[in-house]
Amino acid sequence: MKTFRHLENVATLAYDKDKCVGCGLCATVCPHRIFAVQNGKAEVLDREACMECGACALNCPTDAITVTPGVGCAEYIIQTWLPEKFRTWCC
Amino acid sequence: MDGFLPTAAGRIPRVRTSPTAWDRLGTCRARLGLDRNNYTVNPGLYAIGQPGPETPVVVTANYKLTFDTVRFALAGRDIWLLVTDTRGINIWCAGGKGSFSAAGISEQVRKTGLERIVSHRRLILPQLGANGVRARDLRKACGFEAVFGPVRAEDLPRYLDRGEDEAMRSVTFSLKERAEVIPVELVLGWKIIVASFLVAAVLSLLGPDFSVQAVWQRWTLAASATGLGLAAGAVFFPLLLPALRTRLFSLGGAGLGLALAVLLPAIFPEQSGVQLLGAGLWTVVMSSWLGLNFTGSTPYTSPSGVEKEMRKAIPLQAAGTLLAAILFVIGNFT
Repeated sequence: MKTFRHLENVATLAYDKDKCVGCGLCATVCPHRIFAVQNGKAEVLDREACMECGACALNCPTDAITVTPGVGCAEYIIQTWLPEKFRTWCC
Repeated sequence: MDGFLPTAAGRIPRVRTSPTAWDRLGTCRARLGLDRNNYTVNPGLYAIGQPGPETPVVVTANYKLTFDTVRFALAGRDIWLLVTDTRGINIWCAGGKGSFSAAGISEQVRKTGLERIVSHRRLILPQLGANGVRARDLRKACGFEAVFGPVRAEDLPRYLDRGEDEAMRSVTFSLKERAEVIPVELVLGWKIIVASFLVAAVLSLLGPDFSVQAVWQRWTLAASATGLGLAAGAVFFPLLLPALRTRLFSLGGAGLGLALAVLLPAIFPEQSGVQLLGAGLWTVVMSSWLGLNFTGSTPYTSPSGVEKEMRKAIPLQAAGTLLAAILFVIGNFT
């Protein structure tokens, strides 16, 4: 997936290495292979590949990873800009 | 359906592992977006082959396209398939929106009496459902341990035989995967198409020359501009995505729109330059919008990134639409 990249420095992914217990769930669940466990701690290998799905943060047992998850879809984002009563959620 | 399997928790339906003509028709209809929002199977437990108490349990969504993909991938094996109620939505979107969750899975575990059917306590979950399922919550809720299987159902046999590997854990966006979303984008885009045809019809009526021929010519030009925009943004854009020289979806779409818009003067040599400019600008804007909207079909754009691009691109696209309409109407008078 290295050939497919969108904007840089926008993802809300944050990682606090001190809190990491090295369970490796983040490395398992990430569909962009951003994490890898090295020497008992998770390392961020490729932060710019993050699409903010939230799988790592949801499964992290110590909240070492935080990310604001969401759907990267223009139609959906337009809905979030509208007042509540005009929203018609897609998928 | 292929008979029933008696178990400690009652008879479990056994599913076929090769598509019938009816399945294929359903897949085509879903790919075309015809009854995509209501293409479901009943949640519950299903048997593939002759599963027993030791057999692994694979969890999936009740979107029939997903259900079919999984069962056909497991042809020739003995597997339990636990179908959860994701309201007919695929795993990835259902995970993101909360309907594929630890609570939903444990509800199906309880309803089906799975703990009486299998002796182990392990569920194989699709990796792309991890954005909705916290594995430890599942264990707390129903006592089953969640392990994450591969991203794609086609890798399930390899996962079951040899365990995980890097290749099955990464999302892809191959030419085939990009081509598969073209029909649904075109069909779901019908509102924008009908709206632009109607607006084009109204704009064509403005002007000094009311002859049927003149109005028809303007309308054909506007409709062609719409058609080219659609082709550029909804067909060429997905196919050529990795070859585009920009990361901005709106800019890539605009570029492809421009590449097709230059055909307009060749197709309509008798129209005025201003009118052609208006029509061509519409092709560019429409393709740009469709390109930006394609972010929703990719597996790699983040909401932060898409929103950032939208805040820059949408005002330009709106201005472009207005300018295109003005130029087109001015063209009616020249």
